[in-house]
Amino acid sequence: MTGTRIEDLLRELAPQVLGVLVRRHGQFDACEDAVQEALLAASTQWPGDGLPDNPRAWLLTVATRRLTDEWRSESARRRREAELAVLDPEPVGAGPGEAAAPVDDSLTLLLLCCHPALSPPSQIALTLRAVGGLTTAEIAHAFFVPEATMAQRISRAKKSIKQADGFHLPAGTERLPEVLHVLYLIFNEGYTASSGADLHRPELATEAIRLTRKLRAALPEDGEVTGLLALMLLTDARRAARTGADGSLVPLADQDRARWDHAQIAEGVALISGALATAAVGPYQLQAAIAAVHAEAARDEDTDWAQIVVLYGVLETIAPNPMVTLNHAVAVAKAQDPAAGLALLEPLEKDERVSRHHRLHAVRGYLQELIGDRAGALASYLEAARRTTSLPERAYLERKAAALR
Amino acid sequence: MKYLLIMHQNPAVFDALTGEQRNAVMEGHGAFMEAIKESGEMIGTQALGDPANTVVVSVRNGSTVVTDGPYVEAKEYIGGFYFVDVESEERAYELAAMIPDAAIEGLGIEVRPVMFSAGMEM
Repeated sequence: MTGTRIEDLLRELAPQVLGVLVRRHGQFDACEDAVQEALLAASTQWPGDGLPDNPRAWLLTVATRRLTDEWRSESARRRREAELAVLDPEPVGAGPGEAAAPVDDSLTLLLLCCHPALSPPSQIALTLRAVGGLTTAEIAHAFFVPEATMAQRISRAKKSIKQADGFHLPAGTERLPEVLHVLYLIFNEGYTASSGADLHRPELATEAIRLTRKLRAALPEDGEVTGLLALMLLTDARRAARTGADGSLVPLADQDRARWDHAQIAEGVALISGALATAAVGPYQLQAAIAAVHAEAARDEDTDWAQIVVLYGVLETIAPNPMVTLNHAVAVAKAQDPAAGLALLEPLEKDERVSRHHRLHAVRGYLQELIGDRAGALASYLEAARRTTSLPERAYLERKAAALR
Repeated sequence: MKYLLIMHQNPAVFDALTGEQRNAVMEGHGAFMEAIKESGEMIGTQALGDPANTVVVSVRNGSTVVTDGPYVEAKEYIGGFYFVDVESEERAYELAAMIPDAAIEGLGIEVRPVMFSAGMEM
């Protein structure tokens, strides 16, 4: 079995094993550490020794041993006889009534990791480790921070949850919006230009899609879960076309649409069509619907901008946010006229959430260019280039400015 | 999001502090380091040498020239930095405000975003 396939298998099994341990023993924090150690042991032993007959039982046995070792040393320190009862477990497989409940376990763990007491970076780190089965080193690498920083972030996250409610498992799915937001953030983090230095970055976008698929398996009727999955598939389908050979950004209008992943687009379109027909509409479904309209245009000039204007209008009503207004303005400019789009930007110039954001200046520059205001467009692009903290975005905006000089 | 929290050193300002105030600054840095390590936000921190030990290296007509540079005379120079990874710009400001130098009259913490190599589709 190749390293990649072992890795895939481990990621698949990680939340299942953790789910069983937490149901048996509680103590999410200790169980999570034990599973992480079992995963590390597997990733070093399996490639050489070959795959065990029952990989899930193997992981469960090793994780349980780690857990009891941990308790043993703790109880020795505290001289607590009571805990000695758990010292010599038989190697464990799934007990009666514990036949894999992987779907529900993943959902429970996702809800637990996206605890409202945590900041988004901590929710993301914990989710990737406990549910995604990534190692601390891989997560650290993906976010370009030292492993010690990421390890501390994860242990602090677990401590915060423990202090907040002692790993009380969330009842129902009231925390689902947080889960969707975390998955969306993981996807966005991964959906980036892969310039040379980032080539070995673990595929966060792929991981986000995989986790969202699991979530949808647990909640197939939820329109927003399906909407988020469709949005990710439709956006990710453009990945090969969105960067040039030199790593530069290629805007949607200039992308070679033959390089889009059409199978993924078909899946995304089918998902969002189904959700819109049956579920209450929500922001992820609307964004997916907009992505679907883009995806269905054979050429940029075939884009149904009128439809996109309507969809952004609804999105602005149910989930108003300056970034939505910016995109709405572009759509209005394309469907009607650029001046109408520019008029929509005016309130944003005084909105401190976005007035200093490079994207406002970039969009203004684009609309000024469309109406023929070259001097205005040049100034806006330069301002946008100064304000972005992304190197490829800066390069793109500087090219736009240079073309106007 | 990654930020460099840069401490500008000004000997005139620092010399004017009482010994007690100076100790408070030193201890404050210890506590700050502990806090951002514990929160999983610290990437690294370094204190930089005095301008007296600082040179400027340049290459002119193929020869390397080492000079004392203009910094020896500077009233203010970079004394050190914290490199942090935080959830938002607001959090970076919050951390900067926790650095003891921020509370000293005449000093402040420069908060600089660090560029990254990912980009959004325009």
